[in-house]
Amino acid sequence: MSQVTSTWKGGGSPFAVGRKKLGMWLFVISDALTFSSLLVVYSYLRVANDWPKPFEFYPAIIFSSAMTLVLLTSSLTMVFGVAAAHAGERAKAAKWIWLTALGGAVFVGLHLTEWNHLIHEGVTPFANPWGVPLFGATFFLITGLHMTHVAIGVVYLGVVATGFSRGKFDSEDVEVSGLYWHFVDLVWMFVFPMIYLLSVTVQ
Amino acid sequence: MSAQRNLMMKVWVGLLALTLIEVLLAYIQLQPVLMLSLLMGFSLVKAAMIMAYFMHLKFDRPALTWMLVPPLVGCIVVLIAYLAPDSLMMLEAGI
Repeated sequence: MSQVTSTWKGGGSPFAVGRKKLGMWLFVISDALTFSSLLVVYSYLRVANDWPKPFEFYPAIIFSSAMTLVLLTSSLTMVFGVAAAHAGERAKAAKWIWLTALGGAVFVGLHLTEWNHLIHEGVTPFANPWGVPLFGATFFLITGLHMTHVAIGVVYLGVVATGFSRGKFDSEDVEVSGLYWHFVDLVWMFVFPMIYLLSVTVQ
Repeated sequence: MSAQRNLMMKVWVGLLALTLIEVLLAYIQLQPVLMLSLLMGFSLVKAAMIMAYFMHLKFDRPALTWMLVPPLVGCIVVLIAYLAPDSLMMLEAGI
């Protein structure tokens, strides 16, 4: 029988990816739906309420743009890490992955600084100085959930870098951790415009 | 190998350029609905670039993309469809 007919008849791998990679992809899709539903409901609440626009272009937007730059760049270093892992260069791959984890840690640090600043201005999940209390609730929920993903990613990458350089993990494990990392980056590409860029103070 | 590296760096530059455009849009401030449409348009392009190149979908079998992306898009369309009529009505009424 030809290969074309046997592809979907069982026993083969129709998607031609390993089980770990397929599993991570399915997780990514389900997690994407979690963030999608949060962001859709957030948009609805924005329309249904007189939503505050508290972020000054400088410093808040410049600051969060720098966070975006850090996260995007950490995605690029992860790409290099996966490429080195597939080429069998274990030490080099570990170096790139650690660099990626460092980028993630810097992102979390910057974001916590931003949080701290807002908390000092009186923003809590239940109240804020500018009006609708839901502003604080949605802000901390959505950015907090994203930050949790980044923090988990930093630990995950640390484990993968250590295990890969010791020969415990293979290059597919590195690629799978890369998928997770790029997904976290992808989510920020929606959180950043919806939370920050649409809430810039009107001059 | 280095051709692949160059390609990925081009994608990274493209993502940064789109982000810069988004930030500039926030600086000049347009009508909210136009602003939301433009920002989401740019973000969808960025998401597609990340999935195609960084997440390797472009170089995997098309079957993988067909399994993953249409159901995700379908679910998000349903999510939006639940709330969009009400949102549009409120926007129309100027609430």
